[in-house]
Amino acid sequence: MDHDPFRWGRPNDATYGGYNTKIAHANPQAGNAAMPTMNTQQPIVTGTSVIAMKFKDGIVIAADNLGSYGALARFDDVERLFPVGENTVVGISGDISDLQYISRLLEDLEIDNNYDYDGHSLRAPHIHEYLQKVFYARRSKMDPLWNSTIVGGFDDEGKPFLKYVDLLGVKYSAPTLATGFGAYLASPILRKVIFEEKDVEKVDEETARNAIKECMKVLYYRDARSLDKYSMITITKEKGVVFEKNLRSENQSWRFAKDIKGYGTQKV
Amino acid sequence: MVRVNKPYHVSLAEFLLQMLQVLGVGVHDDGERGRTSVGTGYDLSNSVFSPDGRNFQVEYAAKAVENGSTSLAIKTPTGVVFAVEKIITSKLLVPNKNNRIQTIGRSIGAVYSGLLPDGRHLVSRARDEFNSYRGQYKEDITVPYLIDRLGNYVQAYTCYNSVRPFGITSIIGGVDGEGSHLYMLEPSGVYWGYKGAAAGKGRQSAKNELEKLKYDELTSKDAIKEAARIIYLAHEDNKDKDFEIEISWVDTVETKGLHQFVPEDLLAEAKAYAQDKLNEDEDEDEEDDEDEDMDN
Repeated sequence: MDHDPFRWGRPNDATYGGYNTKIAHANPQAGNAAMPTMNTQQPIVTGTSVIAMKFKDGIVIAADNLGSYGALARFDDVERLFPVGENTVVGISGDISDLQYISRLLEDLEIDNNYDYDGHSLRAPHIHEYLQKVFYARRSKMDPLWNSTIVGGFDDEGKPFLKYVDLLGVKYSAPTLATGFGAYLASPILRKVIFEEKDVEKVDEETARNAIKECMKVLYYRDARSLDKYSMITITKEKGVVFEKNLRSENQSWRFAKDIKGYGTQKV
Repeated sequence: MVRVNKPYHVSLAEFLLQMLQVLGVGVHDDGERGRTSVGTGYDLSNSVFSPDGRNFQVEYAAKAVENGSTSLAIKTPTGVVFAVEKIITSKLLVPNKNNRIQTIGRSIGAVYSGLLPDGRHLVSRARDEFNSYRGQYKEDITVPYLIDRLGNYVQAYTCYNSVRPFGITSIIGGVDGEGSHLYMLEPSGVYWGYKGAAAGKGRQSAKNELEKLKYDELTSKDAIKEAARIIYLAHEDNKDKDFEIEISWVDTVETKGLHQFVPEDLLAEAKAYAQDKLNEDEDEDEEDDEDEDMDN
């Protein structure tokens, strides 16, 4: 054992090899630097899927409250839905520190926008376009904000608006959207309710909310980085932004779990 | 009601005095109006004291404010109401546009009397302060701290002869975690906290009325009405000019802590209340006159 107090708690050189001091001195401006500058290479504390869908009078969006540190369920009270302006919401998955940065950007945007009383308020398409510009500018600097986001609200014609944008600046729209694992686990279920844009008219608020709740439950069953505590926002012209916090996935049944084979120590 | 337009005579007297001084005729002001040093050169530069210890440029800035249109604010237990009299200088101006009250951040309002561009600049500075504080501490600046920063900023403009002082008295207030706050900031850079504050041409009659309000019991909705009434009343001295009234408020409950213009219906209600009250007072005056006539 190394008894030097300055080495307590540090990885043992004999086991892990010496620390590469070049990493600390990485600096491309120096020209002859041994290492290039390293920006974000991976997210650290992460939030999992955000799922959302349109219905005839508005949109509904949900995200759970978990902040994972790798596989560790580190924080169980992270809010990942952010209302912006009068009737827009931004749902953010991915790196939580970048999420906090984006939430402040959105607040600043809202504050600056309220300064001129011109009768125009920030709406979802504006906020989505702004976020897309921020994400693309950051990825072009090779220093991305490590997130996938969904922006929901109403467009300039007053119709329900739902659009995705991620760390690369990639954007697309669909009547049902999901980020992360939700794209694989929730999207197929949501598409059973709304397959294409014209189906939106047939779906009422109740149906949409139930579909989202069902998907949050399925995600908790199958996504190991998820939580059964989540927030949901419903936006309609009539009631505005309705923010529900600390919802729980109800009527869970884990009977299916005993039939899952091929993991852990069990013999198939 | 005919009033002698006193300020005109005062300025005429001053003008004659200055003319005599320019001509080199020795006129000794006995200092009753404290104007001994006018024209002695001590009033030409900022940052230079006169021998009796005054900064004339700052005092002249205060004069610029005295002629500005009336603005006022009322503090209630839950919020602040701002009001300003907007003299219509041209029929071509678009009605109900060209706003005079401004927002700093989300929960702070500002209105000012005097040189309007100076006010715009101060608000711009206040917004920069707000953003800078948010950038550093990730939370909103409190009203007392903001006003202290602005006070220092305005004071700096009294210290250098390359600049002139701010030609505005600004009334700044809002709500934060500590409750409601209201301050008035003068061209010298001095600021005081108030329950009710008024600046500009009608400040004297406005202050008289503000002193009568019961601030501990006042709701923000009532304060809107009183603010309208006081602006109408303060305008009486300036009756020949048309004006618009602009009212905004910030309240922890009514506006959820956001500084906003009051809704159309509340504004209409407040205007009607103000006009009613004004007519009542006039009727009373007339009755008194009649009584006097009867006595005679």
